[in-house]
Amino acid sequence: MKLWQFHGGLKLDGHKSLSSESQIRRANIPDFLVLPLLQHIGEPTETVVEVGDKVLKGQVIGHCRGKDCSLLMSTPIHASSSGTVVAIEDRPVPHPSGLTAPCVVIETDGEDKWIECTPVADYSTLSPTQLLYHIAKAGIVGLGGAGFPAHIKLNSKSIETLIINGAECEPYITCDDRLMREYPDDIIAGAQIIRHILGGTQRCIIAIEDNKPAAYQALLKAAAKDQDIEVVLVPTRYPTGGERQLIQVLTGQEIGRSELPAKRGIVVHNVKTTRAVYRAIQYGRPLISRIVTVTGTGVEKPQNFEVRFGTLMHSLIDQCGRNKAGIERLIMGGPMMGFALPNEEFPIIKTTNCLIVSSAEEIEEIPKPMPCIRCGACAQVCPVNLLPQQLYWHAKAKDFQKVQDYHIFDCIDCGCCAYVCPSHIPLVSYYRYAKAEIRAIEQEHKQAELAKKRHEFRIFRLQRDKKERREKLQKMKAASNASKEAAIKAALERTKAKKEQGSSNEQK
Amino acid sequence: MTAIGLLAGLALIFGLLLGYASVRFKVEGDPIVDKIDAVLPQQQCGKCGYPGCRPYAEAIANGEAEINLCPPGGEVGMLALAKLLDREPKPLNVENIEPAKKVAVIDEKTCIGCTLCIQACPVDAILGGPKLMHTVIAQECTGCELCVAPCPVDCIKMVPLPHTITTWKWPYPN
Repeated sequence: MKLWQFHGGLKLDGHKSLSSESQIRRANIPDFLVLPLLQHIGEPTETVVEVGDKVLKGQVIGHCRGKDCSLLMSTPIHASSSGTVVAIEDRPVPHPSGLTAPCVVIETDGEDKWIECTPVADYSTLSPTQLLYHIAKAGIVGLGGAGFPAHIKLNSKSIETLIINGAECEPYITCDDRLMREYPDDIIAGAQIIRHILGGTQRCIIAIEDNKPAAYQALLKAAAKDQDIEVVLVPTRYPTGGERQLIQVLTGQEIGRSELPAKRGIVVHNVKTTRAVYRAIQYGRPLISRIVTVTGTGVEKPQNFEVRFGTLMHSLIDQCGRNKAGIERLIMGGPMMGFALPNEEFPIIKTTNCLIVSSAEEIEEIPKPMPCIRCGACAQVCPVNLLPQQLYWHAKAKDFQKVQDYHIFDCIDCGCCAYVCPSHIPLVSYYRYAKAEIRAIEQEHKQAELAKKRHEFRIFRLQRDKKERREKLQKMKAASNASKEAAIKAALERTKAKKEQGSSNEQK
Repeated sequence: MTAIGLLAGLALIFGLLLGYASVRFKVEGDPIVDKIDAVLPQQQCGKCGYPGCRPYAEAIANGEAEINLCPPGGEVGMLALAKLLDREPKPLNVENIEPAKKVAVIDEKTCIGCTLCIQACPVDAILGGPKLMHTVIAQECTGCELCVAPCPVDCIKMVPLPHTITTWKWPYPN
């Protein structure tokens, strides 16, 4: 199969062998589960349980604001083990802001009892809409890291190419590698279901970076039954696992941020999401756990865990064994796109793919940023062909119009530019800042528009009320005048009649 | 003589053309006022001394008002106005600019249902009726504070919007 190449990118030291050779282990059921009510991109969920309620594994505890989740940019949250709800309160959640957010806290009872699940007997007899409903109900989001609700992405028309993303390009992370090696059949079955939902795509490609030969072999074997599924090795190059980069490698099409891949007839799903779809349809199981890599020099035995959502990170690190050297830094996500957490008291959520636990020896001190020397190294590695230098100048000067002129929203935050910068400028931080500001300004504009409309309507309403009141008054005046006239007329007539009567009496 | 006649004729033709164009392509309203109005934050708070954002925009367009009178717009708004009108930027004339956005909240236990705040609200964001409890529609409140002063029982408070992970923004790098 012919492959293409995207601009730039990096060859990084993988550090994958730390955790890639041991089997996926089931993490212990913790005593307490902390489940945030927002674990995806989109609308937060609302609690449907109360403190003191007994819940079963797989029971919905956070429902989307609406009857049918499959129509909303939201997805439900399920209890990941059985137990009692002990608190519904704000707890720290793994987010770069370090803020708290509403969570449901469950004290587990150790029984781990499932709620009754209703599997789909034969998915091929169901329509895509019905299957999407099942997927939305199961709470499935993109498990590659972004957390985009899967049913929204799958609700696309005229898709010709389905790409299953097993590239896993970021260093240290091996959860997709292990998953592909251990559950290749699940992934193939999931891919077949997704193809059915998308109306039978012409092509279905599973892409794996060539640093994972064992996973490639396993999937090749599993895919032998299905002639329509192509398993492809792609060159190892960061960030091949990015949605648009992978599309470019496999099809040669370069798609900007303003356009959705679905518009070009392409949909990309991660291998973990594919397996989650399979489990939701085949067994009726909602998404309550995921595979997480725990790695780094801070733990004794780096490995992959199948972890229930809501498990606190410290319990997971304990299960890996702590190194005596102590933990100096904890990163959620990969070293390129992840973010540091201040402590271990955060829950694992749907978007947690990796924990990098580092001891002091592993951490290199980041030198102080120096002025930009305009070497252009950043522009050479940018996978989306931007001019990182220009973006940096304008973001630093807070010139938000200019950064948009240089297409800042095409930036995928991959961190290649900052990685190669000889002056150690935290370039991505500037881009993130600029993007957040622009979004906030746009939001303010929207609100200003709304306020203006409402103010104009109020002025119109006041004038209308005034006019109506005046008209009413005039009508009343007219009516009272008319009745007065009528009364006078009547009185006149009465006196006239009396007079006539009097005169006629006199005549008598 | 012919030259004068020709020029006069040309002048007449162009004059007629221009006269026709001014009637045919007449612009309704003042476009510069619309442009200024689009930059203003539309809180309708009246802190500039004009009864709402549009009157202030009209005053700026007529050259009656300075561009630094809008506290909710802040420095960003003032700079945008300076750029739009090609005027010299000026520091804001107010000292205490509160950057955090606030919304009005009515203490519903204390409210006596006098409707004074409803009449004061420039964007009709307060619900209620005479002798009935009032409440603020938080999404539509612009935080202009115009409802606070008229309340006879002081039951309206301006509460800063909560800082959550959905409203959080990446900070400027140090």
